[in-house]
Amino acid sequence: MNVNILYFASLREQLGTAQETLTTEAATVGALLEELCSRGPQWQQALCDNPHLQMAVDQTVAHRDTSLRDGAEVAFFPPVTGG
Amino acid sequence: MSEWVRVQTEDFDLSTEVARLRAGRADIGAVVTFVGTVRDINQGDTVATLELEHYPGMTEKALNEIRDEAHRRWHLENSLIIHRVGPLQPQDQIVLVATASRHRQDAFEAAQFIMDYLKTRAPFWKKEQTPDGPRWVDARDSDRAAAERWSQ
Repeated sequence: MNVNILYFASLREQLGTAQETLTTEAATVGALLEELCSRGPQWQQALCDNPHLQMAVDQTVAHRDTSLRDGAEVAFFPPVTGG
Repeated sequence: MSEWVRVQTEDFDLSTEVARLRAGRADIGAVVTFVGTVRDINQGDTVATLELEHYPGMTEKALNEIRDEAHRRWHLENSLIIHRVGPLQPQDQIVLVATASRHRQDAFEAAQFIMDYLKTRAPFWKKEQTPDGPRWVDARDSDRAAAERWSQ
């Protein structure tokens, strides 16, 4: 299946990418994270070693055990600082 | 985007927005407004400009959910949330929250609730330009604590 992945703010800058479409077998956000972090230390550091990492699936706050579907929009971002 | 939740680059005029919020509503007896503005100093450093990034789509969804929750918890006749994005300068307005109710307590409490939830749940991120270069603003524990008091 395909998922559309978005990266925001400091994560976007650290990873040098704002968006990608990935073909994956990952059933959950956690599995997707493991797949992304296996790309190298930069990914590991920004995502998997990041205790403050926030995530959303289809524009709703999600967790590592949130399941994915074909065509899902997955977003990774740091804690929010608006207002 | 809903009429009462707006994410925009343009500035807003407080009087115009309050007039719109109250238009034709003789049942409203109290209006509370909060305006957040850009400080020229943060954590001891001069801030030259502020860039506000957001997650288009999820931002509007999150703000609408916060607004709906405020209307569930308090007796509100109407409410409005405007948040600006893009480059901003010190003294610029960033955010407007306005709540209208029959009696003041609902409007006061709901305005605080909306701001506290907005600061911890709506996907906006601030990046400051300081003399030492650009930096992303860190989330504050005090904001998390302020939001948590509403779940007690």
